[in-house]
Amino acid sequence: MAGRRGFLQAAGGSAALAGLVGTGLLKPAHAVEAPRAAFAARSLADALRLIDAAGARYSDDIVVSVPEVAENGAAVPIDILSRLPGTSRLAVLVDDNPFPLALQLAFGAGVVPRVQTRLKMAGTTRLRVVATAGGVHYTVFREVKVILGGCGEVGDSR
Amino acid sequence: MSSATIRLRASVRGDDGDVRLQLPQPMESGLRRDADGSLIPADFLTSLSLRVNGRLVIEAGCGPSVAANPLFAFRLQGVRAGDTLTLAWRDNQGRSGSAEAVFEAA
Repeated sequence: MAGRRGFLQAAGGSAALAGLVGTGLLKPAHAVEAPRAAFAARSLADALRLIDAAGARYSDDIVVSVPEVAENGAAVPIDILSRLPGTSRLAVLVDDNPFPLALQLAFGAGVVPRVQTRLKMAGTTRLRVVATAGGVHYTVFREVKVILGGCGEVGDSR
Repeated sequence: MSSATIRLRASVRGDDGDVRLQLPQPMESGLRRDADGSLIPADFLTSLSLRVNGRLVIEAGCGPSVAANPLFAFRLQGVRAGDTLTLAWRDNQGRSGSAEAVFEAA
């Protein structure tokens, strides 16, 4: 990150970087439009295939904070940080949810590849994060025990 | 929805910017049924973007596994007090909107 920060300061803000962004660092069509099919995927295998991350390598440099036991699956807090140099993207999946792909993020220069948010978890499940750095996919998992499921699947009227 | 307006907060400490946002959005997956047994239509945030002084810094695609009233926190570098943060969002119903905040010294 030190290199990025140095570059940002050297560039004096936005003018020089605008060109970089324009060359596709954060290509909207790539980051947001393309994976809509992946967000509609109903199985983990399909979601991973559609985000092209099926063969991701395991890495402990993706730091994931999530409760081991979540009382309420409707809103489970997560905090994800990639320490892999050059991380440009993160994908977050909840393996056993009806729609496993929760989130895809693309980060521009000077942005720490970190996100804090809250996810639904239909039941006890594996949380999976895929980080992309230098065009290579890395992944890490966490098991989360969910006491009260938070997706209200078909048939659950309450 | 538990709140009617977008919450967007941008603070800066030294060189580090902190962004926190929350959108009023039910994040309905389209799989749930109401008390009468009718399916509740899908209604969820699909994307959001953040710009600093017009420069795109973060883009997110979302699915219905994000919790209702989505809450996000991000960390930016090289941000100064007075810089403008712009949030733009879109949902699966075709609605979209934006909000703006100015980075304030923490």
